[in-house]
Amino acid sequence: MAVITYREALRQALRYQVQNDERVFLMGEDIGAYGGSYAVTKGFLEEFGERRVKDTPIAESVVVGAGIGAAMAGLKPMVELMTINFSLLAIDQIVNNASKLYYMSNGQISVPLVVRMAGGAGSQLGAQHSHSLESWYAHVPGIKVAVPATPYDAKGLLMTAFDDENPVIFIEHTALYASKGEVPEEPYRVPFGEAELYREGRDVTLIGYSGSVHQAFRAAERLAGEGIEAEVLNLRTLRPLDIEGILASVRKTHRAVVVEDDWKFGGFAGEIVAIVQEEAFDDLDAPVLRCSGADVPMPYAGALEQAALPQEDGIIELVKTIV
Amino acid sequence: MISEVVMPQMGADMTEGTLLRWLKEEGDSVERGEIIAEIETDKANVEIEAFDAGIFRKALAQEGDVVQVGEVIAVIAGADDDISKYTGGERPAAVAASPQAAAQQAAAPAPREAPATAPSEAPTVSTQMPAGGRAPEPSGPGEVRAPQPAVTETAPPRQNGRVRASPLARRIAEERGVDLAGVRGSGPGGRIVKKDVESAVAGAPAAPKPAAAPPAPSVAPAQAEAIEMSRMRQAIARRMSQSKRESPHYYLLVDVDMTEAMALRKQINDAVEEEERASVNDLIVRACAIALQQHPQFNVTADGERFEGQPAQHVCIAIALPDGLIAPAIIDAGAKSLREIARESKDLAERARGGSLRPEELTAGTFTITNLGGYGVETLIGIIQPPQTAILGVGTVMEQPVAREGQVVVRQLMKLALSADHRVTDGAQGAQFLSEIKSLLEKPISLLL
Amino acid sequence: MTADVVRLLQTMMNIRRFEEKAAEMYARGKIHGFLHLYIGQEAVATGAIAAVRDNDYLVTHYREHGHALARGLDPKAVMAELFGKATGVTGGRGGSMHLFDVEKSFMGGYAIVAGHMPLACGLALAEQYRGTDRIAVNFIGDGAVNEGEFHESLNLASVWKLPVLFIVENNLYGMGTDIRRVSAVTEIYKRAEAYAIPAEQVDGMDALAVFEVTARAAQRVRSGGGPHFLEMICYRFRGHSMADPEFYRSKDEVERWRRLDPIVKLRDRLIGEGVITSDDVVHMQAEADRLAEEAARFAEESPAPAVETLHDFVYKERA
Repeated sequence: MAVITYREALRQALRYQVQNDERVFLMGEDIGAYGGSYAVTKGFLEEFGERRVKDTPIAESVVVGAGIGAAMAGLKPMVELMTINFSLLAIDQIVNNASKLYYMSNGQISVPLVVRMAGGAGSQLGAQHSHSLESWYAHVPGIKVAVPATPYDAKGLLMTAFDDENPVIFIEHTALYASKGEVPEEPYRVPFGEAELYREGRDVTLIGYSGSVHQAFRAAERLAGEGIEAEVLNLRTLRPLDIEGILASVRKTHRAVVVEDDWKFGGFAGEIVAIVQEEAFDDLDAPVLRCSGADVPMPYAGALEQAALPQEDGIIELVKTIV
Repeated sequence: MISEVVMPQMGADMTEGTLLRWLKEEGDSVERGEIIAEIETDKANVEIEAFDAGIFRKALAQEGDVVQVGEVIAVIAGADDDISKYTGGERPAAVAASPQAAAQQAAAPAPREAPATAPSEAPTVSTQMPAGGRAPEPSGPGEVRAPQPAVTETAPPRQNGRVRASPLARRIAEERGVDLAGVRGSGPGGRIVKKDVESAVAGAPAAPKPAAAPPAPSVAPAQAEAIEMSRMRQAIARRMSQSKRESPHYYLLVDVDMTEAMALRKQINDAVEEEERASVNDLIVRACAIALQQHPQFNVTADGERFEGQPAQHVCIAIALPDGLIAPAIIDAGAKSLREIARESKDLAERARGGSLRPEELTAGTFTITNLGGYGVETLIGIIQPPQTAILGVGTVMEQPVAREGQVVVRQLMKLALSADHRVTDGAQGAQFLSEIKSLLEKPISLLL
Repeated sequence: MTADVVRLLQTMMNIRRFEEKAAEMYARGKIHGFLHLYIGQEAVATGAIAAVRDNDYLVTHYREHGHALARGLDPKAVMAELFGKATGVTGGRGGSMHLFDVEKSFMGGYAIVAGHMPLACGLALAEQYRGTDRIAVNFIGDGAVNEGEFHESLNLASVWKLPVLFIVENNLYGMGTDIRRVSAVTEIYKRAEAYAIPAEQVDGMDALAVFEVTARAAQRVRSGGGPHFLEMICYRFRGHSMADPEFYRSKDEVERWRRLDPIVKLRDRLIGEGVITSDDVVHMQAEADRLAEEAARFAEESPAPAVETLHDFVYKERA
């Protein structure tokens, strides 16, 4: 099987979709002539032309809204937003329109739209480029939220996103575009709502998604050296959430730590903790803990930025308080 | 066509408006869309229009009235339409229901004491007040058992080998030395929660919360001070009230000559180890256990109107605790020897004080013996312990002169009082039962057989 | 395109009577939440919608009952939707501000001011992508012209030459705020010119004028000319919504505008030209009354949606 980058995996999925479905077209800032701010759509404009690959003005709201409108008319557009931070300019369209149209119209109008964006930090990009706001999208009924952690996830989840009849917020991670992994050449799907057992364990469950899966994994490897076998779950999608998968793991290990880049207070890890204690209270030997990003705007200086993100040491420390 | 003019809803949060001014008088003709009144809402003065044409027949609200949204304030209709249903007075004001002034009667009066047909008088003394001093508390052994199934889960609260208990329950169990395996859980899924552990410890009720604490007992000097009732106290109060309410008690008293029994007891105790030494009460337990086999109608439990004869005799003995009284059962006393009974009664007392009685001991009793002999009480008339239907009160053993075959001799006498539930038995049966106990004690060798 | 003028008049009368009936039903507590009446503005929806094709997309704001009726949605179903009944246009889920009828290309009423403009652009984009000559007609209020999405939408439509016709119903007030107090440029059509979109101002109280200008503009848009922008000056005779105490405008002003009632204007003109008689008008009014009555009765007698359906239509399953 080929080993390719996360970026290339996304590219394969997109190319497949544009090639095989007439209804698919792509819109975004700098996705055409520039080749994409993260180079995902490099070469697409030359290959597919302006009708299928549209460079847009810097106007997130109307671009996402136009994507919604085109989806309402039966096409399958994909909108790329440069980062999740900028998606806030379109959050009115996503939340007030896309998520609600199927419901408000009593099932008459659906919105098969894919909105891709990059989240996460680690490259010292400063406070307005560096956040992970996936919990805000995961909060909204009517949309789906995918958070690929690996190249395999990236291609498979993106293929599934295009199959889905609902608006999908597809959140990539800026630090993962260059990461590599095995990816089948033929088209395949990774279903929504099924977490991956990334590492099998016994003593504690580490729950992560997107970038945090890797920190969790590294922490698990170090813990193994001390005789603690941590199980690592890669959630893959936040909505739908693989609740059964999480509970099955917790029932086995009786302890859990959720790892996320996002701000701790009011974040998505809190939702996971709530669900676990509601459904698996009697299987818990310890409270469910969270290793999250610090509740600060993201600083520029390297050491500060690192301190604001969950690190392996932090995860290990938390695990040791409960194992 | 009759058109009701209502106080309109003008905005989602409006609940009432004030009628400021009518712009029409009764008898005026009205066109659809014409403004007919001005009203005042929280936000502004608003004009209201007629939705239909007709004659302004009747105004049902007066200028200045505050009207709830939706109420009819006027009627527009044709000149010939019958609007009598609107003219029977003003718009119906909300009729205030006059509250029932009836004072609630206190709880049901005490059941009538059934007159005993047996020889003895049956004084209706409720010996709930202690003879003197503080401890121990009332004659009735107090609340001892968890009420019959208020617990919803019958399956033991185990899951995959783990006992389902809340973290708090576990902590309490650990602190009080309770074995969770023996505790029935009342939480969701049979989970053991705090109150289940507490009830296992002290015999306070597991399930429904106790009723509001009863007020201070009725010793009411001028400076009455509210007494705080502990949970055990509250439970005892409730159980004893229930017993008096539901079981019609009758009472039989008898003197027992314990001289032989005391002598035999001394002989036995000289011959056995400490833990097998019999107390006077142990003898009485043995006697009752035998007598109950002969007179099973005193080994009956009541559940509302259902009465069940119990196959085995589980005889409860009352044990004083700092906070009250507890009466765990010697299980299957009918099949146990005096030695076993002696051993067990000591064990029960110890575990009662240590808070580690088993649930069965607290719930399975079929008959109770309550004994204040140690405090010099001559006669103890007990209150039946629900769901049982009889109780034996025991007084002190004391030397008394009696007449025997024309001679006055000094013998050791002890008074027994049987309280029994007249729904199940009557005096004649009680007399026979009591008589049996007396015989066994007066020929104590029979206790060893 | 020539107007069926009698039909225009009947439609306006139907809308007027429907809105009055809705107002009554709201006052009687049958309709809840917000109710934004179109009384006074009937000429805009009636004239404009008659001037475009039945399958041109309509994307409108929350003051939309007139647009729905002009597009031919059944008044019974619209009233039932206002009552929140299961027989409503969107099953009682949408309410007054969210009417949808896909089969009639009525793509929604929306409550976020200017929030629906990007959607109109997207629908137009889809037709351009497909190479059809179907257009999107986007109705907005004067309150929308200062929102960011207004500017983004005009720019994108212009740059991509999207087949969208923007119609601003300028009734001079954004809820309670006179447009002159909050807009740097109050002649709204001029804003479109800043985006190189051809624009005109129209008398929105004159249904025939609305019809003619819209028909011309739609034709230009339809033939690949890119977006077009029409500002229609009109006036609403009632408050912004049922709760509006109207402190912000004088009764005199309202009276002056009432004299320009579009229904009266067209009626008088048609009678004057001998197209109809006053007898005809009586029949037409009776027809409008009948439709409104019937709609209210239907709504009253319809059942509410079952609580069990609460979770329906959150997500669409794949077929």
